[in-house]
Amino acid sequence: MATVAAPPSSLQRVRLRADRNARLAQALLLAACALLTVFLLAPLAMILVKSTEDKSGAFVGLQLFREYATNPALLESAFNTIWVAATVTVITVPLAFAFAYALTRSCTPWKGAFRLIALVPILSPSMLAAISFIQWFGNQGALKSWLFGHQVYGPIGIIISAVYAIFPHALMIVLTSLLLADGRLYEAAESLGTSRLRKFLTITLPGARYGIVSAAMVVFSYTVSDFGIPKVIGGNFNVLAIDIFKQVIGQQNFNRGAVVSLVLLAPVVLAFLVEWWMQGRQQSQFSARAVPYVPRPSRAFDAAMFAYCALVCTVLLAVLGMAVYTSFIKLWPYDLHFSLRHYIFGLIDGGVIESYFNSLEMALVTAALGTAMVFGTAYLLEKTRGMPLVRTAIRFLATIPMAVPGMVLGLGYIFFFNHPDNPLHVMYGGMLILSISTIVHYYTSSHLTAVTALKSLDNEFEAVSASLKVPFYKTFVRVTVPVCLPAILDIARYLFINAMVTISGVVFLYSPDTKVASIAIINLDEAGEIGPAAAMSTLIVATSALICLVYAVVTRWLLARTQAWRRPAAT
Amino acid sequence: MTAPARPSDESYLRLTGVTKRFGKFTALSNIALTVERGRLVTFLGPSGCGKTTLLRIIAGLETQDEGAIVQGGRDISRLPATQRDYGIVFQSYALFPNLTIFANVAYGLVNRRKGQDEIRRRVGELLKLVGLPDAGSRYPGQLSGGQQQRIALARALATAPGLLLLDEPLSALDAIERVRLRGEIRALQQRLGVTTIMVTHDQEEALSMADHIVVMNQGMIEQVGTPQQIYRDPASAFVADFVGKVNVLSAVAEGGGRFRIGQLVVNGAIGMEEIAPGTRVKLYLRPEDVLIDGALGSQSNAASGKVAKVEFLGAFCLVSVTLAGAEEQPLLVSISRHAHDEMNLAVGALLQIGLPHDCMRLLS
Repeated sequence: MATVAAPPSSLQRVRLRADRNARLAQALLLAACALLTVFLLAPLAMILVKSTEDKSGAFVGLQLFREYATNPALLESAFNTIWVAATVTVITVPLAFAFAYALTRSCTPWKGAFRLIALVPILSPSMLAAISFIQWFGNQGALKSWLFGHQVYGPIGIIISAVYAIFPHALMIVLTSLLLADGRLYEAAESLGTSRLRKFLTITLPGARYGIVSAAMVVFSYTVSDFGIPKVIGGNFNVLAIDIFKQVIGQQNFNRGAVVSLVLLAPVVLAFLVEWWMQGRQQSQFSARAVPYVPRPSRAFDAAMFAYCALVCTVLLAVLGMAVYTSFIKLWPYDLHFSLRHYIFGLIDGGVIESYFNSLEMALVTAALGTAMVFGTAYLLEKTRGMPLVRTAIRFLATIPMAVPGMVLGLGYIFFFNHPDNPLHVMYGGMLILSISTIVHYYTSSHLTAVTALKSLDNEFEAVSASLKVPFYKTFVRVTVPVCLPAILDIARYLFINAMVTISGVVFLYSPDTKVASIAIINLDEAGEIGPAAAMSTLIVATSALICLVYAVVTRWLLARTQAWRRPAAT
Repeated sequence: MTAPARPSDESYLRLTGVTKRFGKFTALSNIALTVERGRLVTFLGPSGCGKTTLLRIIAGLETQDEGAIVQGGRDISRLPATQRDYGIVFQSYALFPNLTIFANVAYGLVNRRKGQDEIRRRVGELLKLVGLPDAGSRYPGQLSGGQQQRIALARALATAPGLLLLDEPLSALDAIERVRLRGEIRALQQRLGVTTIMVTHDQEEALSMADHIVVMNQGMIEQVGTPQQIYRDPASAFVADFVGKVNVLSAVAEGGGRFRIGQLVVNGAIGMEEIAPGTRVKLYLRPEDVLIDGALGSQSNAASGKVAKVEFLGAFCLVSVTLAGAEEQPLLVSISRHAHDEMNLAVGALLQIGLPHDCMRLLS
């Protein structure tokens, strides 16, 4: 053996000859990128185009924006949207933080039950909260006097309904950031004789600050984007989401709708950027060697925390309970006898029940197609090689949906798919486009779940497979999918539940044949049929709850069956 | 098992002009190397020296920007990993957690359309070979780290590859397991005669296992040689410093092969006579080459010293000695525990030191 003098190196860069498998992986990656471009980027681009055109399609530059800026009614709803969303944020985040604090830093009993109840609002369409609050505080509301003569129809109703609907999302984010506490910091503080308040101010709060900001941004964006709540309980109080709806559906003024949707997009994008920036900073503060914090009992503190959690859960259950109750009584508030008439006469006889089955079908297709698309793309992204530019493009595209309100996406879909020259025009009015828009709308979270699961796998599985001459798709089927199955099921459940409850994403895209349950709720409510609307909401909650139950059972069974390799025996 | 191939002078793997850049950073610079059939070669160097990148290029997991690789007479420079002939073992084991040990070892065999019986026989053979004949029905998570790495080795060898690549295979194991497994891997490699490349940052591992060591630094090969050559005749200051401990003494040439360290004048090794007087040089001397008291004999480079520090390291001691006339450059001397006990060395003790001129190296 000896070092050999190197020959003069050629200037041409060496490239590996691609084998069939590598080419297949790259073709699939390219296809994923194309799909995201067609179903996300192109519709959004169309909004930009349409916002600079008049009705005849002639380019008018910023004319429509100027008109917008000089229209006091439209400006007022922009202002309304911002202050309502800000108010919801200021109320929700402290509520959620206190709840998460109780769950992580106290020894209150019933933590599991509290947590479960706090997540219940996720299962229902946002309209459910609005319907319920109308029953509690509306013109014939049970607790109308509590509002001291104020109307629930308007900002008050929107704010309390939004707080209910978004509470679990805020809770999850804050909870995660509080769970990441390093117990050793608290031990060090205690050894120095630090008071509870000082520990809270110097350890807990700084540790959770990114989570708090992140939660605030999510709450703000959600409230700005939501359409169902202001539609049902907003009365004459205008917000941007309602404006878009009015411009597009009411006045058929698509171009102005595009302008309003861009105005709606702005604060959400801003919130998204703040949150994104925060996410990047969250990483570094929790080291792998940190010891989880374990709270110690303290009678008075635990009792106070228990009372707080119990109160919040009571309110949450009261909201859900009122909607369910409304669906099972004859006629609020005159005849409170148990009755199935809202289900039988209101939904089945009226044929409205069709929309429930449409929702079911749509949710199943969304879960199946979406999970395959999201996980498959994430796999190709994380575990195959080549085409770095396409990879960067997909990573970028996958983060966009988080910053796009459903109504904006839906409007883009009208512009893009309803265009007579688009060969994909045939999809318009069909069920598939509802599923696809829902997948795209909820892409970012699902994508992050998939990427996290894939990143936890050994990076060398693919290298080992290649050395053993096993094609990547065999390893994908035999190893990657089985190991990631819990995350895959999680994505499917997430997509299913959101497909059942989504309203803003599909409000522009349904046709008479593909009307879904959430649209039916809006229509029933408009017609004054609050009983059947409550019944439909209850059906959605029950279905989502059932899916969660199935998910829990399957996951538990799966973990038990695969325990041999998931939870290694101590050796 | 394949019959053990005789190690020969025949070259099996030849790299020429291999260069790899990551942006502006040059990870590998014009690497040229030949590996003979049946040998175990280690790539040794500090982290970031390019040793792992070089291994991954040989495996086709990274692509060199320039340069050629020929394996067994076949130009594999542009072949994708799946078309090359090697088995690989990683630091992380990379066993498929949801498959049994049997299925893991059989993973590459199943793909070759072998019959069930043949696969079963072959897997049994391999499991016996790595000393875990009864592990087949268990899962990787149920085995210890060392056992998992043995399985990874069995999986890599299952298809009887021409080349075995080991990427820091022992780094994740505890000290005892590491020493045991390194003996096993070496024995197995010699028995099968499979050409093997192992990446490591552990010099002891490299010295104890390798036929040849390739010492790498900053994307370049510093030296290639047998463990003995690397240790005794380091080709550069880097190698001398990285492999084993060494004293570095600043000196000025006096001419005629003599050097002045502070006020102390010593003779250099044969061949150092040519150095012009007044040249500043660095003399390298291993701590265990330094002689003390009784062992001195007729040593010409003698000096009196004083013990400044004694570091007890178990089997031997590392004694720091200041030499009369060269106090500012303390000399490390390695002595056995027995010698230490006999001489009863304590801080401040006086002793005679010999600097054997034939052990001195002049390195740049």
